[in-house]
Amino acid sequence: MSEKKEPIFSKKNKKLISDPLNLNNPVTIQVLGICSALAVTVQMDNAIVMSVAVLFVLVMGNLIVSLMRNLIPTKIKIIVQLVIVAALVIIVDQVLKAYVYDVSKSLSVFVGLIITNCIIMGRLEAFALGNKPWASILDGVGNGLGYGMILVIVAFFKELFGSGGITIPGLGKLDLIPEFMYNIGYEDNGLMLLPPSSLILVAIYIWVQKSRTPSLIDENAN
Amino acid sequence: MSINKEGNSYTMIFAIIMVVIVGGLLAFISSTLKPIQMENVKNEKMQNILQAIGIEETANVTRDEAGAIFNDYITERIILDFDGNVKSNLSNEVAIKPASRKRTDETDAFNVDVRKYYNDLTGLMKKYPERGAEYEAGLKEEGITYPLFVCENEGKKFYITYFSGKGLWDDIWGYISLKEDGRTIVGSVFDHKGETPGLGSKITEVPFNEDFLGKVITTEEGVYRPIKVIKPGKERKEYEVQGLSGATFTAVGVDEMMERSFSVYNKYFKSLALNNFSTSDQQVETVVISDSFSQMTPDTNQVLANK
Repeated sequence: MSEKKEPIFSKKNKKLISDPLNLNNPVTIQVLGICSALAVTVQMDNAIVMSVAVLFVLVMGNLIVSLMRNLIPTKIKIIVQLVIVAALVIIVDQVLKAYVYDVSKSLSVFVGLIITNCIIMGRLEAFALGNKPWASILDGVGNGLGYGMILVIVAFFKELFGSGGITIPGLGKLDLIPEFMYNIGYEDNGLMLLPPSSLILVAIYIWVQKSRTPSLIDENAN
Repeated sequence: MSINKEGNSYTMIFAIIMVVIVGGLLAFISSTLKPIQMENVKNEKMQNILQAIGIEETANVTRDEAGAIFNDYITERIILDFDGNVKSNLSNEVAIKPASRKRTDETDAFNVDVRKYYNDLTGLMKKYPERGAEYEAGLKEEGITYPLFVCENEGKKFYITYFSGKGLWDDIWGYISLKEDGRTIVGSVFDHKGETPGLGSKITEVPFNEDFLGKVITTEEGVYRPIKVIKPGKERKEYEVQGLSGATFTAVGVDEMMERSFSVYNKYFKSLALNNFSTSDQQVETVVISDSFSQMTPDTNQVLANK
């Protein structure tokens, strides 16, 4: 990589990582990967492992597609990307089953569903097909983190208000709502555990994000 | 380069090479990891059985330890048929063998895959909604059997049952351990494939399982009485278990699989004549008879009951 003119972490490359965290967040701005943000956010630990798995698939997929970008026939490029993503997901699933069986059990079907996560196909198509490998890796890391960030934030509020605590991988469940709150009549809100509450939380996040960054507001929208 | 990347032949060749490489890679990974994965599944089953016994020594056994101590605790592995007769009985001196190819040849209860059996059962249950003789014949033909594990620890006997059914989304299954009287629940482990996290998935957690402890599957007279999972917050009878909010269908599945399986296990426990079943058998009949002749005079009832 060093023979290239630009340094590894040039300003442009840094932007590849920082943009998806805020200005170009895959979930809240690009509106990709909403489906799994609704489903895998009931418990914090699932959200974290899911984020890591998506991050891995996204980075590897971006890298492979970027390396092959001059070889892939345009007629079947979507199929080729799909095959690469599917193969990566199966590898992740098999490795999890063999070496971290408990994690694979708690994620169950969601690992397989990474294939359908629109962020992955979206980034392969929009970025990796037209950029060099290193930039593609950074783009994968950035979007993976941006996705994971939303997942973790949504999961935090859902689990906190839905079941009164947060499950951290390796530590188990930490009860954050103190007992006396329950004694004076506080109750966990079951609705928070269901998918609709994710939509509400994501919407609130977008609201906060846009009010803090006016440049994101679409001037032409009525 | 002179290769025409837009041409059909390039596209075809590319696709073929890609499929061969990806297919070969996945086949290789799958076959190398298969033994480790199988070992995990086997150890997990052992762990579940051990944890379900309901004794302190094995309550917190880890998956890796389970394989080593399984045979120290589980002394018998029994396969029951639909009538509750023993089809095969292996002691812990017989090592666990790989599963037989044909289900009807299976002799090791450890290899009885109740989840697979349940899938075949659903076909039969749909075909014969009234159950009856044809349904039972179908069960026999399919080779549907019921595994039972016996644990002996410090002079006490435990019977661990294993059954499967459907939750809201996918398979659920459970292990329930009964005390030596064959009717009191002393331990349970439930698991699921894809119930909603935070709702139905809570059947694996302690509060749900704790409520099963001490519940009794037969009445004083020895009549089988299914355990019911009821909505949380309601007042519960001795055979009712506290359900989970937002997981009604998972609870319905738990009810169904327990009722279906325990109706078979109970036949076996009855035949063992544990504790007072030998006398209560007669009482069962009198209960049934007096029910059906409830219109008769008290005298006739008395006569029938004394028969």
